[in-house]
Amino acid sequence: MERIPILRMGSVLLVTIQVDMQDQTAMALQEDLADKIAKTGANGVLIDISALEIVDSFVGRMLASISGIARILSATTVVVGMQPAVAITLVELGLSLEGVRTALNVERGVQLLQRARRETAVGR
Amino acid sequence: MKKDLAAILSALETGGQGIVASWVEEAGPKDAAMRRSMESEAGEIAKALHDALTAGADPSSLQGAAWGELKSILESLSRSRAARGQSAGDTSLFMLAMKKPLFMRLQQHAGSDSAALMESIWTASTVVDRIAQHTVATFQQAREDIIKRQQEELLELSTPVIKLWEGVLAVPMIGVLDSNRTQIVMETLLQTIADTESGLAIIDITGVPTVDTLVAQHLLKTVSAIRLMGADCIISGIRPQIAQTIVHLGIDLQGVTTKATLADALSIALQKTGWRISRETREV
Repeated sequence: MERIPILRMGSVLLVTIQVDMQDQTAMALQEDLADKIAKTGANGVLIDISALEIVDSFVGRMLASISGIARILSATTVVVGMQPAVAITLVELGLSLEGVRTALNVERGVQLLQRARRETAVGR
Repeated sequence: MKKDLAAILSALETGGQGIVASWVEEAGPKDAAMRRSMESEAGEIAKALHDALTAGADPSSLQGAAWGELKSILESLSRSRAARGQSAGDTSLFMLAMKKPLFMRLQQHAGSDSAALMESIWTASTVVDRIAQHTVATFQQAREDIIKRQQEELLELSTPVIKLWEGVLAVPMIGVLDSNRTQIVMETLLQTIADTESGLAIIDITGVPTVDTLVAQHLLKTVSAIRLMGADCIISGIRPQIAQTIVHLGIDLQGVTTKATLADALSIALQKTGWRISRETREV
């Protein structure tokens, strides 16, 4: 089974999904990401799904639960580059991913994370 | 030249204005204006038919260069009739009305030679039938062209995505929103957001006559999909009655930015994207 690589950029973890997601791959990614956040103390996770053409409810739920796990580990998740067809499918499946932040591309995702970090810093 | 053709030619010739008058009489125009237009059409067709047969056109089919003039006259005639909303039946009846006066003239020409009469009537009948058939075919083609063009126009009308500002898109929704149309609008809008990387979309529903739970559901779906792609969405053009309906129906629009007019939505959009517009104060 192939594993999806997780790249570390400073305090941000970058995951680029470039293959069609199988349930096994999704589960593995979820576990790896949880381990990696805990180990590195990252405060942001960027999931780039611009190459993802097909989603099912499992992958949609996986995105939501990754976001939930990351939040507990005090990291903000941003899903970037969702294709129109994927967005429509998720909405039709009733998965509007409340609580998951989204951005149009990686660049804006990074900006969003930086802004979120500033806000939490001010909050402290 | 064959004998039957010669008979038809002489019938068209000796008849001249005569065949046109009795042809129009046979077609039965409803008023004077219609009679005049029929007379000019019949005259043109009779002349073109005569010219074509003189030029040696094959009477058994309308193929070949010699028929070009007559065919173009028939095509423009059926186009103009289609545009005026007349039926294909009326148009072909008009062509077939040529038969009776033509046959009568053929009979006069042939006299007692019944074999020659039979032959010339057969040829004439074939030609007139071909003409009528061609007219109907063109008529339907013209109608189909009109329908096709209108369908395309309608589809384009329903989904204009407008770039209002750098990074701000607007979709003015007009007419009743059904699932089919919302689907098209949603797909076009999302695709444009992806292509232009616009961070903000304004959906203007000024032109939507009523908002019921179904329409609201469609709107909410579109808003969710836009948010999933990482862009923001504002719904504008909510009229007072529609605001009341939404509240009475218990539709939850929380989490969706709503504005009364497109202008308000644009100013919010500019604020969000960091633009500031100031008005130059001038001495009057």
